[in-house]
Amino acid sequence: MRRVVVTGLGLVTPLGADVETAWKNIIAAKSGAGTITRFDATEFQSNYACEVKPADHEYGFDPSKRVDHKIQRQVDPFIIYGIDAAGQAIEDAGLTDMSDELRLRAGCSIGSGIGGLPGIESESLVLHEKGPKRVSPHFVHGRLINLISGQVSIKYGLMGPNHAVVTACSTGAHSIGDAARMIAMDDADVMLAGGAESTICPIGIAGFGQARALSTGFRDEPWRASRPWDKDRDGFVMGEGAGVVVLEEYEHAKARGAKIYAEVVGYGLSGDAYHVTAPHPEGSGAFRSMQMAMKKSGLDLSDIDYINAHGTSTPLGDELELGAVRRLFGSNIESLSMSSTKSAIGHLLGGAGAVESIFCILALRDQVVPPTLNLDNPSENCAGVDLVPFKAKERKVRAVLNNSFGFGGTNASLVMKSV
Amino acid sequence: MANLEEITTRVTALVVDHLGVDGKEVTAESSFIDDLGADSLDIVELVMAFEEEFGVEIPDDAAEKITKVGDAVAYISEHQEG
Repeated sequence: MRRVVVTGLGLVTPLGADVETAWKNIIAAKSGAGTITRFDATEFQSNYACEVKPADHEYGFDPSKRVDHKIQRQVDPFIIYGIDAAGQAIEDAGLTDMSDELRLRAGCSIGSGIGGLPGIESESLVLHEKGPKRVSPHFVHGRLINLISGQVSIKYGLMGPNHAVVTACSTGAHSIGDAARMIAMDDADVMLAGGAESTICPIGIAGFGQARALSTGFRDEPWRASRPWDKDRDGFVMGEGAGVVVLEEYEHAKARGAKIYAEVVGYGLSGDAYHVTAPHPEGSGAFRSMQMAMKKSGLDLSDIDYINAHGTSTPLGDELELGAVRRLFGSNIESLSMSSTKSAIGHLLGGAGAVESIFCILALRDQVVPPTLNLDNPSENCAGVDLVPFKAKERKVRAVLNNSFGFGGTNASLVMKSV
Repeated sequence: MANLEEITTRVTALVVDHLGVDGKEVTAESSFIDDLGADSLDIVELVMAFEEEFGVEIPDDAAEKITKVGDAVAYISEHQEG
């Protein structure tokens, strides 16, 4: 089987719009949460979120850096975040000038959980108020989920597989796993893989609020709201942004002297077959997803030093995931660290699995694991597990596992290790 | 009722905003597609913007004949109300 390695990274997050800034802030235990600024959310179920900051902010995002003015006007923010993160990853991998031959063997697998919800919402209002002749001619292709992959392929001339995963909050992890398999199966030598999301808009907050998924009880202190495994957790905090990696066939990367961050060694996926929003009560889908990823990796359970958990800060999910990890890892759980970076940047939905995979890769690179914020009173079931409360921790990190689970009962796990 | 100069200024501003081009590049003779990098859907959107800005209606058959900035200015000048 052809081996697959990571040779480039790109991030747009509420704590920074490039890899090093976001990672520095994650390790410094900062929170990206705040009162929603995009619209007046006073009357909404939740009025806080982790927004990507504007360009003039200390760690804000400047869309003009990598996205043409015309495209910025036509597409939803999730596509802008995705194009930028993909551009960062290509630049980081040193692949901005690919040969024609390589571009035929280079593709995209960048998905989203929901797609262009803000634009669907606003154009629906235009249709309602002004009629069909006032709807933007760019409405459809400015909202479609596969249009990050489409736009990025056009911008960089990538003529290999063009794919976009839609599996709710496991999109980012599935995107990387699927793309890695495309390389392993010899469909491509290089793949841009990841996910993006931007649904901090009235219908997004109202919809997730009505689904009883959002944290609602921290209006005065939004930075305390995302608190995975803590007794006072009451739902997730919506985040936004994008994560994209460059995946590359190992010999190809080696031959061109590329910087190799990590190898993708295991990918597992499963379905809960239980409920549209609630996780399986025994965490069976999560367990089987991790089990498959570990089996494919050929690693021992004792090789995993860090798990970036799905850990969304919902009352049910966090402990079920921890229970599944405990059952799979047995006594090995005592020597690993497990944290949820959603405590800092919120839940990036379709972007989460990709962004968190990048944090896993950086944990491998820097031999430090990111913290779980706000873990003031861990639930009883968390005893004996290092959830990295409050502060990042320097430690040996040889291999990492990333979990992502989504509505519909869809689960994905990735195992990566240093090369 | 806007005079030709005013119409030209406002049309140019819309073209700059929609197509991300430099205002200095926009002349009456500029072709939306050949000179300003628009595609057919960009023109549909621009025509909608002209309709909103000037309160004129530009039917599809007339819109098809608007290929240069000057065509848009002329159509608006002839059809604006008031």
